[in-house]
Amino acid sequence: MAKQVDSSRPIEDTNIFGAQQTRRGYRLNKFAMSLVKPENREAFRADEEAALAASDLTEEEKQLIRDRDWRAILEDHGGNIYMIMKIGAVVGAGLYQIGAHQRGETYEEFLATRNAAGAR
Amino acid sequence: MGKIIAGIGTSHVPSIGLVYDQGRTQEPDWKPLFDAYIPVKNWLKEIKPDVAIVVYNDHGADFFFNKYPTFAVGAADVYPVGDEGWGRRPLPDFPGDTDFSWHLCNELVYNEFDITICQEMAVEHGFMVPMHLCWDHDPDWPVKVVPVAVNVIQHPLPTALRCWKLGQAIRKAVESYPKDTKVVILGTGGMSHQLNGARFGYLNSDFDRDFLDRIETDPMALTELTHQQIMEDAGAEAVELIMWLTMRGALDGNPVRQVHRNYYAPMTTGMGLIALEQSI
Repeated sequence: MAKQVDSSRPIEDTNIFGAQQTRRGYRLNKFAMSLVKPENREAFRADEEAALAASDLTEEEKQLIRDRDWRAILEDHGGNIYMIMKIGAVVGAGLYQIGAHQRGETYEEFLATRNAAGAR
Repeated sequence: MGKIIAGIGTSHVPSIGLVYDQGRTQEPDWKPLFDAYIPVKNWLKEIKPDVAIVVYNDHGADFFFNKYPTFAVGAADVYPVGDEGWGRRPLPDFPGDTDFSWHLCNELVYNEFDITICQEMAVEHGFMVPMHLCWDHDPDWPVKVVPVAVNVIQHPLPTALRCWKLGQAIRKAVESYPKDTKVVILGTGGMSHQLNGARFGYLNSDFDRDFLDRIETDPMALTELTHQQIMEDAGAEAVELIMWLTMRGALDGNPVRQVHRNYYAPMTTGMGLIALEQSI
């Protein structure tokens, strides 16, 4: 039977969200998921430090959020893009800003690589 | 008797929802996408399905990794518009057909698909974007729905072949429903895209066009794709495409006729559309 995910064929610049990532990123993703509730978004906007303090995030994870270090959150700390986008939405970073950060580009540089960047 | 009359494969990119809500559908870079659905809307008005089974994935609206079901089926009178973190979208809630849903759930479980049955289920962009691309809501939706959520975001995912077999089991269940019910099934998600890592923005239009060809004429070849192959060729998040195989599996048994097809890749996702009518 062919392997569905083949660790002997890593895909360059790609994180496959599996057991290792979802275990490692559980706290970060859970915090992000809490933001589907409007009152939690409001609390985060009103006082980010208090919202982080009330979470079960580690100090390192809190710092990643303070730094808006999307690349590290997603690549090294088990962040799931669909969850982390919810943090981005509250702090004003959309999917394409997060994507540009992962690519090591400015937002404008990233948009210039698209076929029809008005479709956003 | 229940009958599957048509299948639709379509992308469910969330920005489509935002642009729709903002009334920006006729902007030059969006028009090619939205206009492609006009013939599909008109066709659906002609064939008038009673029920739409929508195969989609939840991106963190009503399901989280504390318990993330591999397959979940809605069995409710109404499916509320969920909040994914951007606030509730200005769309009407979606009407269910609870009797039909429970029939489907019964048949699927007894055919060895051990689904999670959901009596409360908020729906999100994966479900809603295809709905408002294919149907008008003035003021209510003209079709009842059954949401079928598939885990395509946390590996291990069901295989492509498993998704196809789910479609076959759905067909069998629909055909054993005693009440005359016309069913359309939507397989949603994809096409090529990657949202994580420095490979963010990866697209493969050749892969997507070939997939559109094969989903119509050679779907069995697609059931052999591994997640690894799809991710390598079309980006990590392109694995959503296995949900199109559930749609196509539900059409297995009779020839299909292509009603409409479109492809557009403006930003980070190949946006595909195929509408297939079942010859009966």
